[in-house]
Amino acid sequence: MAELQLKSLEKTYGGGFKAVHGIDLTVQEGEFMVLVGPSGCAKSTTLRMIAGLETITGGEIRIGNRVVNDIVPGKRGIAMVFQNYALYPHMKVRNNLSFGLRLKGRPKPEIEGATQDVSRVLEIEALLDRLPKQLSGGQAQRVAVGRALIKQPEVFLFDEPLSNLDAKLRASMRVRITDLHKRLKSEGRPATVVYVTHDQVEAMTMGDRICVMREGHIMQVADPTTLYEQPANSFVAGFIGMPEMNLIDAILTTAGGIPSITIGDQTIAISEGLGDRLSIGEGPVKFGIRPQHVDVCPGGTENCFSGTITTAEFLGHEVNLHIRINGETFVAVVPSDHFSTIPRRGEVVAIRPIGQRIHLFDRLTEENISLGSL
Amino acid sequence: MTTSIDFPAAKHAERTAKASPLEIKLRRKRMISSMIRYTVLTVVGLIMLYPLIWLIGASFKTNSEIFASPSFWPENPTLSGYINGWETSTPYTFARFFWNTFLIITPKVIGTAISCTLVAYGFARFDFPGKRILFATVIATLLLPNVVTRIPQYLLFRDIGWLDSFLPLWVPSAMAGDAFFVFMLIQFLRAIPRDMEEAARVDGANTFQTLIYIVVPMLMPAIISVCLFQFMWTMNDFLGPLIYISSVENYPVSLALKLSIDTTEAFDWNQILAMSVLTLAPSLIVFFLAQKYFIEGISTGGVKG
Repeated sequence: MAELQLKSLEKTYGGGFKAVHGIDLTVQEGEFMVLVGPSGCAKSTTLRMIAGLETITGGEIRIGNRVVNDIVPGKRGIAMVFQNYALYPHMKVRNNLSFGLRLKGRPKPEIEGATQDVSRVLEIEALLDRLPKQLSGGQAQRVAVGRALIKQPEVFLFDEPLSNLDAKLRASMRVRITDLHKRLKSEGRPATVVYVTHDQVEAMTMGDRICVMREGHIMQVADPTTLYEQPANSFVAGFIGMPEMNLIDAILTTAGGIPSITIGDQTIAISEGLGDRLSIGEGPVKFGIRPQHVDVCPGGTENCFSGTITTAEFLGHEVNLHIRINGETFVAVVPSDHFSTIPRRGEVVAIRPIGQRIHLFDRLTEENISLGSL
Repeated sequence: MTTSIDFPAAKHAERTAKASPLEIKLRRKRMISSMIRYTVLTVVGLIMLYPLIWLIGASFKTNSEIFASPSFWPENPTLSGYINGWETSTPYTFARFFWNTFLIITPKVIGTAISCTLVAYGFARFDFPGKRILFATVIATLLLPNVVTRIPQYLLFRDIGWLDSFLPLWVPSAMAGDAFFVFMLIQFLRAIPRDMEEAARVDGANTFQTLIYIVVPMLMPAIISVCLFQFMWTMNDFLGPLIYISSVENYPVSLALKLSIDTTEAFDWNQILAMSVLTLAPSLIVFFLAQKYFIEGISTGGVKG
């Protein structure tokens, strides 16, 4: 296992389109790194460059101590799991697993032993003599993981491996892959993993660290908690979390040392949890608060934004309220038992953001200006 | 819950047990309509096949009987057509002509399969300078009528000294000269996702290994179709051998069939028909043996992910 380093990595296509803009990223030995972002953010391109399936037009990729820019995929010490499994349709599972080893001309007993080992780990022993078309989606996915595992590569690459599975299977495969990663670590052969997904649930649950990308730039690299609690910019803030963080244009003032937020013609003072974090004093900002971090009070409560409910989505244990404040829609997630009766459309309510949970972003640079000394 | 599931099932069972008069009427209507359909199909099918059936029947008839009755069933079945036809009026038997055909077809089919696969792989999977122009050339030759190239080709092969040999008949095809097959394989390859090839590269296969171990097996239905087409077309090719082969000892069967018409004044039709049946046989046998792949090959991309 080895460390993976990307240094000012660039990808420019023939037509002059720049897909990757000089990104720097270090994946520690044995680390599970998730690349996440909306479609078109170049996360798959980056992964394919690491694999050697796309040429590199600038910068450097290092695996361990080697620069691998010009090394063919087969000699980079990587293994890859593809989105649609990419099992060889004409080979039995056994041969799919051992194809790489057979190409290398390894002795038969060794290949047989490795195949048995891997199929035991992934519980696919009973499938060894089947063809890929006789496998279910989940089984095919396990074989694809096995084909990567058997090579004992330095870096594992996963390209949206679970997106073709149904929701239930995806959840169980997620657990399987994380378990496998932990098990390998505890057995003393830690696996460095780069995992591409567009699904933030996968990213948050699987990654040791997550790299959020947008249009070929890295927006933030951090562990899941940091990403959720201290997003570096409004893009990360909006991308991570369900439902999305509320991001609303507002004015920040600090009259008398107490910061106040103005949305339209409503102003509330945030007496605690915000003042000491701010890196600028006043001005137009993007005000961000997660739907879960809002107190909903009866209409008319002091020092709250007042708004009208436009939609109330009852989800059982909680209610998603869409509240209209000065033409902006605000989403609040409230536990169902917070109310004696579920609020209805048209009802006027007051909402108070929890001071410690407020994020303010620069409207131009989109950077978080409320991280303070954190 | 259970009652709501059981109820329709019970109702259905009841319904099938005691069909209403309306249903009986509908069922009868359906049966009559399918009977008509199958009758029409059978009749049309027989009309289409009749020449072939007649050919086989007539090959067992005597010469005098062939034109006497339109029925395909021989009154006095005889093998003389086969025996005399096989002997031919030349010093060679038909075995010789079949052998000649075999000597043309074998290198042609194998060469076509290999060369067209290589060329199609190159066009479908790699970028190289001049690719567009070269591909346009391939398509252009596809559109070119065969006749246009006959004379220049003849002159070329005459200058090389290949006349009256099998070489002009199979070498161009074995060098991917049949644009149709190249085009057909390219279209197949385009329909196959590249992921498997990329997986093979990650597994350590080089370009050639990827082609042999991954691409060719996935392309197999298409390659088999190519071989079949080439086999049948070569078997039936008359003009090619007519132009390039001059001595009787080199005649393939398609030319040899013409021999019996040329050399005798009173045609021995039963001999010609008997040898026609034999000439048809290889194509038919090969087609039926490979039918499964052939139909899979021309109807789909042939590969299920």
